[in-house]
Amino acid sequence: MAKKLRILIAKPGLDGHDRGAKVIARALRDAGMEVIYTGLRQTPEMIAEAALQEDVDAIGLSILSGAHMALVPRVLELLKAQGQAGLPVLLGGIIPDEDIPALRQLGVSAIFGPGTTTDTVVAAFTQAVRHDAS
Amino acid sequence: MSVEDRILAGDRLALARLLTQIENEQPEGFEALSKLFLHTGRAHLLGITGPPGTGKSTLVNRLALALRSRTKEMVAIVAVDPSSPFTGGAILGDRIRMRDLSGDPGVFIRSMASRGALGGLARTTSAVVEALDAGGFGWILIETVGAGQAEVEIARTAHTTLVIEAPGLGDDVQAIKAGILEAADLLVVNKADLPGADKTVCALEASLELASGPHQASGHPGQLGQPDQGWQPPVLQTAALLGEGVDEVIDAILRHRAYLETTGGRTGRDRERLRAEVLALLGDGLLERFLGARKDVDLGLELEQVFARQVSPRQAVQSLLSRDR
Repeated sequence: MAKKLRILIAKPGLDGHDRGAKVIARALRDAGMEVIYTGLRQTPEMIAEAALQEDVDAIGLSILSGAHMALVPRVLELLKAQGQAGLPVLLGGIIPDEDIPALRQLGVSAIFGPGTTTDTVVAAFTQAVRHDAS
Repeated sequence: MSVEDRILAGDRLALARLLTQIENEQPEGFEALSKLFLHTGRAHLLGITGPPGTGKSTLVNRLALALRSRTKEMVAIVAVDPSSPFTGGAILGDRIRMRDLSGDPGVFIRSMASRGALGGLARTTSAVVEALDAGGFGWILIETVGAGQAEVEIARTAHTTLVIEAPGLGDDVQAIKAGILEAADLLVVNKADLPGADKTVCALEASLELASGPHQASGHPGQLGQPDQGWQPPVLQTAALLGEGVDEVIDAILRHRAYLETTGGRTGRDRERLRAEVLALLGDGLLERFLGARKDVDLGLELEQVFARQVSPRQAVQSLLSRDR
């Protein structure tokens, strides 16, 4: 059996809807990946725990609330603490341009704003996982 | 430290990585599992099945919480969702309903895609369950793909099988068709706060009375059943979102576990499961060996004859097998 990519799509924080996350989950599914979707209002602890138990190849975080500078570093810190330091983390949602360099510096593999096509996102996940494996 | 030793010592990351290797059917995963197999056989395997949308995941969440607080044993959950037959991808969404369980180090949840298997489980679900058993989980809850009428593989895998129904899904003829209801050790009508729940309970109870055949054939109600006369599946009601009726389900699960232990039914089910597993692997192995020895050439010829409607598929197999001697 060929290895299937397993991706965790998670929404940390207090966003009110998850339409974007579902579109991404669906696109990754259609690209043949197995997507674990955990629903709205996850804490960083819940996300790290799910990433460990599910042994995913990458995590996609969706944040619309503006709390990304608090939530993303916390997720990365928890992943590191549990021995998953190199796990690719991709970010989508409403992320102001001025925050992007700092997030990339922290180790976020890719950042997507409104208007990104699903093809771009699928390609970025595939590339991030391949980069991680090599 | 070897992978096996790390898992026996409770290393969750090592366990999670082994589960991935098993799912991908990698030889190193099966090698580790073979060593861990000596440490299996302690967990009670609880199967949860039923049609899509009846609340299986929500009930599993409640059952796991209750089992943790009442029995103190560690709980693992294996939740299977369907893979797309077209792209092979899957959306595994059972964790959405299980958020109450996060933060408890005594709980481990693993989502699995069915990867083309049609019985309600994935091909490697049994092996994943064995790894969790060795990992020290006293309860392993196995939630199937939303299943209709014939996905009864779970009954062979689990010690205790819960079939979840909900009001308004069908008439009383649906309830007497063969299949999933016969697999049930416990029947649960979830969403019992919705109208029509009483009717669903009645239909299920009536169907059990009609269908209970071997274990009730001669016994009238006054007679105390012999142990081998079997277990009468109770029909219970829950409203899993509200947490109602969950304790009664746990009581029934514990009663069934005790029943299996006192009657030797547990050993019987274990043997049946392991026998089925050995036979399935033997089938895979023989097919692989057969195809490997033949390099596909002869099979191609036989297939061409079938394509041309000169011989039937059954005849083609017979001639392939007889030529193999």
